[in-house]
Amino acid sequence: MLYREAGQFKTTYAEDMAIFPIRQDRMAIAILLGIAFIGVPLLADFDIWPFGSDYLLRAILLPFLILALAAIGVNILVGYCGQISLGSGAFMAIGAYSAYKLGTGVHIPLAWLGFAISIPPLPVLLAILLGGLTAASAGILFGVPSLRIKGLYLAVATLAAQFFFDWVFLRVSWFTNYAPSGSVNAPTLDFFGLNVGTPIERYLLCLIFVTVFAVLAKNLVRGNLGRQWMAIRDMDIAAELIGIRPLYAKLTAFAVSSFIIGVAGALWAFVYLGSWEPLAFSIDRSLQLLFMVIIGGLGSIMGAFVGAAFILILPILLNRIPSELGVPLSTETITHLEFIIFGSLICYLLIKEPHGFARLISLGKEKLRLWPFPY
Amino acid sequence: MIGLGQFLEVLIGGLMSGVLYSLVALGFVLIFKASGVFNFAQGAMVLLAGLALVRSLDLLVAWGFPLWVAIIFGISFAAVIMVITAWLIERLVIGPLVNQDGLTLFMSTIGVTFILEGAAQMIFGSDAYPLRLFPTDVWLLFEDLFPGGILVNKLDVWGGFIAGILVAGLAIFFERTKTGRALRAVADDHLAAQSVGIPISWIWFVVWLAAGLVALVAATVWGTKLGVQFSITFLALKALPVLIIGGLTSVPGAIVGGLIVGAGEKIAEVFLGSYIGGGIEYWFAYVLALAVLLVRPQGLFGERIIERI
Amino acid sequence: MVRNKLILATAVLSGVALATPAAAQNEQFIPILSYRTGAYAVNGVPFANGMADYYNLINERDGGINGVKLLVEECETGYATDKGVECYERLKGKGPTGAAFFNPLSTGITFALTEKTTTDKIPIITMGYGRSDSKNGAVFAYNFPLLGTYWSAADIAIQHIAKEVGGFDKLKGKKISLLFHDSPYGKEPIPMLEVLAKKHGFEFTPIPVTHPGVEQKSQWLAIRQNRPDYVLLWGWGVMNGTAVKEAAAVAYPREKMIGVWWSGAEPDVTPAGDQAAGYKALMLQHGAGKFPVHAEIEKHVYAKGKGLSEPGKVGEVLYNRGMVNAMLGVEAIRKAQEKFGKKPLTGEQVRWGLENLNLSDARLKELGFEVMLKPIKISCSDHEGAREGRVQQWDGKNWKVISDWYTASQSDTEPLVGDVSAKYAAEKNIKPRDCAKES
Repeated sequence: MLYREAGQFKTTYAEDMAIFPIRQDRMAIAILLGIAFIGVPLLADFDIWPFGSDYLLRAILLPFLILALAAIGVNILVGYCGQISLGSGAFMAIGAYSAYKLGTGVHIPLAWLGFAISIPPLPVLLAILLGGLTAASAGILFGVPSLRIKGLYLAVATLAAQFFFDWVFLRVSWFTNYAPSGSVNAPTLDFFGLNVGTPIERYLLCLIFVTVFAVLAKNLVRGNLGRQWMAIRDMDIAAELIGIRPLYAKLTAFAVSSFIIGVAGALWAFVYLGSWEPLAFSIDRSLQLLFMVIIGGLGSIMGAFVGAAFILILPILLNRIPSELGVPLSTETITHLEFIIFGSLICYLLIKEPHGFARLISLGKEKLRLWPFPY
Repeated sequence: MIGLGQFLEVLIGGLMSGVLYSLVALGFVLIFKASGVFNFAQGAMVLLAGLALVRSLDLLVAWGFPLWVAIIFGISFAAVIMVITAWLIERLVIGPLVNQDGLTLFMSTIGVTFILEGAAQMIFGSDAYPLRLFPTDVWLLFEDLFPGGILVNKLDVWGGFIAGILVAGLAIFFERTKTGRALRAVADDHLAAQSVGIPISWIWFVVWLAAGLVALVAATVWGTKLGVQFSITFLALKALPVLIIGGLTSVPGAIVGGLIVGAGEKIAEVFLGSYIGGGIEYWFAYVLALAVLLVRPQGLFGERIIERI
Repeated sequence: MVRNKLILATAVLSGVALATPAAAQNEQFIPILSYRTGAYAVNGVPFANGMADYYNLINERDGGINGVKLLVEECETGYATDKGVECYERLKGKGPTGAAFFNPLSTGITFALTEKTTTDKIPIITMGYGRSDSKNGAVFAYNFPLLGTYWSAADIAIQHIAKEVGGFDKLKGKKISLLFHDSPYGKEPIPMLEVLAKKHGFEFTPIPVTHPGVEQKSQWLAIRQNRPDYVLLWGWGVMNGTAVKEAAAVAYPREKMIGVWWSGAEPDVTPAGDQAAGYKALMLQHGAGKFPVHAEIEKHVYAKGKGLSEPGKVGEVLYNRGMVNAMLGVEAIRKAQEKFGKKPLTGEQVRWGLENLNLSDARLKELGFEVMLKPIKISCSDHEGAREGRVQQWDGKNWKVISDWYTASQSDTEPLVGDVSAKYAAEKNIKPRDCAKES
């Protein structure tokens, strides 16, 4: 009853093309944003369970937001442009390490030229964004093979980027400022003189990033560029015939996607971990991001969030249930059970809805629209 | 600086370990060829087969059976486990997902990976279990020709021998048997195959079973090399570049890919690695794969991808 | 759709389940970050069992520490840093006073937690691993790399080699390679070994092995060609066993291989069988075997059926190490209770206990750890407390102690500790405490 478009007339083209053409959708998004931006901090401030403890913010919401952001990036490449990538972890690492270098000052001695390139430490915000840009340029470079290699072959080829950058950040000690162990510490999170330290501040920081990038991404995929990507995804030869340049479309997808992933990587390192090593961006991370996108639904920004929640939070929940209920199981058994149940749920979900949560959501909307009189 | 003896030794060692990767890659090829599913669970299947084998073997030996009886029964037991696994996967996961997109099927095999890893370790234990089926000592060849000789590991030779038999067997199976021909028909076009009366779910069960048995063979060799333990699942990542170089759909391709990757990465690591800090073989294999793909996008022996609008 | 609602309902229900508050009484909460699954489970399981059994012993035999029961909860990290952080956040606030301390048993997790634990004021005990520079308690107030850091380990290993070759002067021109796990764990000893190589004039080559270390053929073929005089092994999990096997395959003498104390346990050598005979490893003071404390554990824990380990594995190297680790934590709490009263303590109070921990030979004997351990005395400037080690050798069946005690030379390690910790302090704007004023 509540979800009806009837009576909502669109009188201008602008209204027709609005991001959320249906009023109820707009309200839902507004409420969601309200809860995220105002509700959660308020609840945390008044110590209302479960927001009072740091746990929810620091161990659940923070990684959830950052990985959702990365999943949006992956979704642009895999979901919208159809280029399967298993190198997302590497692009996160590039974002993280270049932001780290830029945030702590870059010094490249060029002895044979007789001078050195020195950049003083940049403000954190700038470092993070430039980290994203570095990741974008690496993305373009590793996107070039996609013009020739397709499908699963491309997926494995992107692993070259994954393993290569894992190695680079382990071996080239310049990137880690010659730290003896190769593990580096994020600079202080100083945004325009505001020190972001407490969990709630970190949460809000990530939330702002995620919101801004989600809106940007949503608009990008609705526009000319996004349509080009989708045309390439659906059939690249046909797209080429109707005048879409595959080179431009594929490389922009790689660039935009790597940029977002790079920013997410910088946030993951600076805001969530605080201190990290290349293993934080290993192949497991790449796979995790790809799972999020597939489970959430290819080609859906909303799906990236749901997928991230499913892949990240469900195992934690499964892991905690037995001990919270007081079932006497060893952590070993719990973890094995967690694996089995998690795997079963993935299979079950895919059999029920092969296109992931995004399709479930849109089906739900359709049903809601007709409720209670379906035809 | 680099002696010929050393070069030959590294080359031979590389070729041999490449064949061992091929053992894992073969499982991928079988399933992809017949059903278009990129089976991420192959590593987990090796773990499951290995654990089933080594645990039953240990138990039988502890009960006082002679070793050869234990080995025969252990292998049969593991084979039965693989039959059940293949049947369950086809019934519960792959069957219901007929005609779905490749990425969805890939994701579902990841679900299977989680289930297999959890279940295998829950049932059979998560410790490291030593397995000694093959000799692991070495031969030193041409000792009079090169100082120190050329070192060849017997296990590697066994691995190469087994891989050879396996490929020959699979080739005969594909080319000569009725099921094999049906399998190729399904691989070409499963709707057409179904319409001429080929029981598609039976065929898929057969490929998953074949992949399971290949996993068991891989587990005997790799289990002897490493001991049967969780880390064995990481082999899947070493098998991917092999698979891609050879082509996703070619059985001999898996062997040739293995030889190229093994020789390439070992030579790079030993002779190039020391100059740039070492540890390069992981990414070198993938860069090699990338280079091959740029020349032949479907791998060396893969079926040419023909796209129509 | 109905089914999907079911999934949703389960998720909501489990959310409710998380709400049940923990019983708050006279209990001290102690978390165990363990890994019983994944690639490193083989080494993680005995360690976790040793810890849990010792805590259980304290509860069963003594009714806790001075009447304060220990409330222990395990969390599975799988040796993964992000899961370790999640576990830390999950457990840090449990119990009436929060976690007493953390033992991450992973150098990566230690790095990730160092800053967080300082903010949350919870000490982090990294016995024989972790950040080597955290020995400097003036900068790292909450890190306790008890009994020895990797830099001490490197120093002891070189001392032993010097002894075998007949003196430090004989090290000149020798070739020593380090086969290491390519992660912060494996890379930690490199700067120390470089310093020592310069000092003694031996040729040092680090050789990385990519995680998890299942494939080492090319590394060993290179070793076969270069014939280093010694190979130091800095591995963990499957990497150790594979290294020993590959060494046998290329006929590198196992007697010339010296593992760090994390590469010298039973699971590292048993897969290789007889081929491992001769392989040597450092000891983090203790080795394998049973001591008076094991009798206590068997009497009070295993006899009641509450033991976690297979009885045959009680007394293995890593089991013992878990026990030692647990004991040091318990003694720190006991020490802190002297000052703050016999009640559950906060992490900050336990930190004081750790920093003032002083276990004499007599006390260790009372605890049943005689012979296993040397006295340990921790202070503000020395969070390591003891730097002693021995070398053991695998004879094909058992680990045998083959050396006297070595003490890592402070004159070797101290400059590096000072440098690196000062750099960290500058990076993080930490003003080092003045240890002269601490009591």
